[in-house]
Amino acid sequence: MTDALSWAGLAVGLALASAAISLLSARLPRVLRLVATPMFGMAGLAALTAGLLALLNGNVTTAELPLGLPWLPWRVRFDALSGFFFCVVGIVSFAVGVYAPGYVRGLERGDNSLPALGGFSGLFLTGMLLVLLADDAFMFMVAWELMSLSSYFLVPWRHDHAANRRAAFLYLLMAHIGALAILLGFGVLASFGHGFAFDAMRGADLPFAWASIAFVLAFFGFGMKAGLVPLHAWLPEAHPVAPSHISALMSGVMLKVAVYGFIRVLFDLIGDFHWQWGVAVLAVGSVSALMGVLYALMQHDLKRLLAYHSVENIGIIFIGLGLAILFLASGHKVIGAVAFVAALYHTINHAVFKSLLFLGAGAVLHSANERDLEKMGGLLRRMPWTGLFFLVGCISISALPPFNGFVSEWLTFQAALQAWQLDSGVLRSIVPIAAAMLALTGALAAACFVKVYGVAFLGQARSRQVRHTRRAPISMRVGQGILALLCLLLGILPTAVIGLLNSVPEQLLEQGLQQATANSWLWLTPVSARTASYGAPLVAVTLLIVLVLGLWVFGRGIRRVRRCNTWDCGFAPPSAAMQYTASAFSQPIRRVFGLLFHIRESVEVQDDGRPSHSLQVDDRAWRIFYVPLERLVESAARQVVRLQSGSIRTYLGWTLGTLLILLWVTA
Amino acid sequence: MKMDAWLLALLQALLYLALAPLLAGWVGKCKARLQNRRGAPLWQPYRDLYKLFAKEARMAHTASQLFRAAPYIVFAATWLATAGIPLLSTDLPTAAMADIIVIAGLLALARFFLALAGMDTGTAFGGMGASREMFVSALAEPAMLVAVFTLTMTAHSTNLAAVVDFHLASTNLLRPSYLFALGGLLLVAIAETGRIPVDNPSTHLELTMIHEAMILEYSGRHLALMEWAAQLKLMLYGVLLVNVFFPWGLARDTGIGALSLALATVAAKLLMLGAALAVVETVLAKMRLFRAPAFLNLGLLLALLGLFSHVILEVGA
Repeated sequence: MTDALSWAGLAVGLALASAAISLLSARLPRVLRLVATPMFGMAGLAALTAGLLALLNGNVTTAELPLGLPWLPWRVRFDALSGFFFCVVGIVSFAVGVYAPGYVRGLERGDNSLPALGGFSGLFLTGMLLVLLADDAFMFMVAWELMSLSSYFLVPWRHDHAANRRAAFLYLLMAHIGALAILLGFGVLASFGHGFAFDAMRGADLPFAWASIAFVLAFFGFGMKAGLVPLHAWLPEAHPVAPSHISALMSGVMLKVAVYGFIRVLFDLIGDFHWQWGVAVLAVGSVSALMGVLYALMQHDLKRLLAYHSVENIGIIFIGLGLAILFLASGHKVIGAVAFVAALYHTINHAVFKSLLFLGAGAVLHSANERDLEKMGGLLRRMPWTGLFFLVGCISISALPPFNGFVSEWLTFQAALQAWQLDSGVLRSIVPIAAAMLALTGALAAACFVKVYGVAFLGQARSRQVRHTRRAPISMRVGQGILALLCLLLGILPTAVIGLLNSVPEQLLEQGLQQATANSWLWLTPVSARTASYGAPLVAVTLLIVLVLGLWVFGRGIRRVRRCNTWDCGFAPPSAAMQYTASAFSQPIRRVFGLLFHIRESVEVQDDGRPSHSLQVDDRAWRIFYVPLERLVESAARQVVRLQSGSIRTYLGWTLGTLLILLWVTA
Repeated sequence: MKMDAWLLALLQALLYLALAPLLAGWVGKCKARLQNRRGAPLWQPYRDLYKLFAKEARMAHTASQLFRAAPYIVFAATWLATAGIPLLSTDLPTAAMADIIVIAGLLALARFFLALAGMDTGTAFGGMGASREMFVSALAEPAMLVAVFTLTMTAHSTNLAAVVDFHLASTNLLRPSYLFALGGLLLVAIAETGRIPVDNPSTHLELTMIHEAMILEYSGRHLALMEWAAQLKLMLYGVLLVNVFFPWGLARDTGIGALSLALATVAAKLLMLGAALAVVETVLAKMRLFRAPAFLNLGLLLALLGLFSHVILEVGA
């Protein structure tokens, strides 16, 4: 079986089967751990195979399913773009499938609804895969809803907390506002292309105004799902409350499906580029990246912090896409392809390291039963493997060489540095501002992950239960290890990755990136060898050689180091409470960027004379964007209430009136 | 593969390693003379390193293995970063391996582990130093990259050897954008190498330390590596400033004559820069921590001005 589409079908089938088998776990709890989750992982593996085949072959395969409406059968299409996103979904689902048995085992005892967990996880994966396969707007929307709804049921899985239910409702609401925008966007395309099939839409010839309307609708709808600022507020509420491996899927993969949707609609269906769109995408992406990392710095709930970092990284992906649109609009296809590949590269990088970090947070939650950074500390010695893998994730997300996050940021910078080729002086100066914001974002992300790792894994435990943490189960460690290894491989072999990715821009933009890998596998040269090169394997190997030499020469092997009490300038022996906390760590940044947050801080003297400090940092997006919107909706609803007299005759009258008007419009 | 070029690259990397303590000694000596002291001899940093390597390293009970690994990682990353900046010749294959963005990344990697090591001791000072270091660098890094972008957009390359080569070949060196970029990069260099007025390398006064607070718990060979890495970083920024903005004298091939001339001119330039740094450190007082953002924002502003004057005035012209 070498056909990519059959492997894709197998992946969907396995995901569905995993969902179905999970239903048995109401009677036999072990079924979920022993059968359903391994099946989920295998579905991921099949998806990965399908994706790799599609990327390697560079073929486009289509098929028609015996499903759907009589006049509109479901059509599937598997091209390089779908293949790439299949790889993204597949890798993370496989790692989650390996990780989940250890996580689920702890849930078998007690009153947990296992069929719901397994069933909706399977449906969630099915939905995501079908979105990637869809070749007409109808199937796309059905699959999209399947993905949104099944993940909605996973968010309030621990529904005994009111906050979780509230977060889930918010998620559902936002997902549907977004879906509505996407539907309207498809509507615009379908009316010009005379059909719901993507093929018809591709052929449509849109005037600029209508194309812009379709672009804005798609940008809004997919941006809502992807969590772009200011539409992001639901994301840090909903993602952290789901079970940790589901958080990994939501943050690592589902956001990427939204990115896929945006790319599919803009780069494939509309297929026409204007600099105004590029500026909009670039601006929103830059602001998302910066605001995401700044808000992440203010969090001390580990999973919430990671969710805000998703906003940041989606912003970085959209910076890449924005640059691609700008360059393509002005006819610089090669640079456009570089920026586009940078965005794709960051997509897979973020999927890998963010899932790794969420799985790590899940392992901490599982073993220490703690999400609050202020109560953690010293976990590296309690859980060495999780600590090591989490460190890899932290280095990767902070965009430090030689790991993967650095490669995609480097590529984005390289694309931005070609701004001198643009014709307009205004555009030439906008691009460097975005690059400066990207640099600031990267530096702040590093600060944030020094905080996370330093407070959670280093130093001393700040609470009793963290002091007695046990290791995570083996399956959880292996699941993290796979992703950590991938972080390293994606970081040191960028030429191989770009060689694989190459068929995506070739099919979509008719512009490959041959020059990037032309100078042997050691050198990554996105534009030309003179312009910029990065010898990722060489840097990694040299770093390793210097490290080993250093250990050998100066450490003379690894000599034992005698332990002693902490010196600390000779003050009293330090206690756990004297360590810097997460809030203290980010205080300087909170002070400098204070205007961007809504901060409530107070120091009060309690009744027993001890001082107490309270700090709350809120998202300004709520006050600026959501609260006025909510008021508007409420007042509009109050106006609508006037229609509701309670008498059936009035309602019938309204219905008749509407019908007449509609008939008049269509006639 | 050009063998002699790679050998020369190795030689340059070793020169960085050998000369970095000397530059630190020179700055210290100049500073002492300006303050009417006689000061320690020029080779005092070498003696200190030798002494520290001979001493036993100790480690706090609360520290983890990361604390032990960090000095090696910090040292290796910083040293590798120097390999991308041409010291004597622009015929530098390692500059193709690590361009300026990779150099910034390697320095950030070193800083990441330095700050983590500070957090690992579980003391208030360690955390304080880590927090402040990441804060200052978060503001300094964009300024540095933007300043360098001006150069790279002019030379159409992020490879520093290619940038310097471009400057040596072109006749038009007086660009307004470079003046701004130089100003921005000077401010960044002061902040990043932990000098007055942002940080004071010779203080152990609790509330003002940044860099010293993070390495407070280190001793013996670990401390020696950390100190050496700091000296390497000082030299790295020094060479970046003098060789990229004032590239005259650098060799464009691997001939012995050109190389010795380059060594002499680079040494002279670095000595002047070191003396200037000593004057700045003597004249100015250390700022409060929360004055540092204004200082670094000025750096970013200068760098952005440089970039704008380049993309608006110089590209179109």
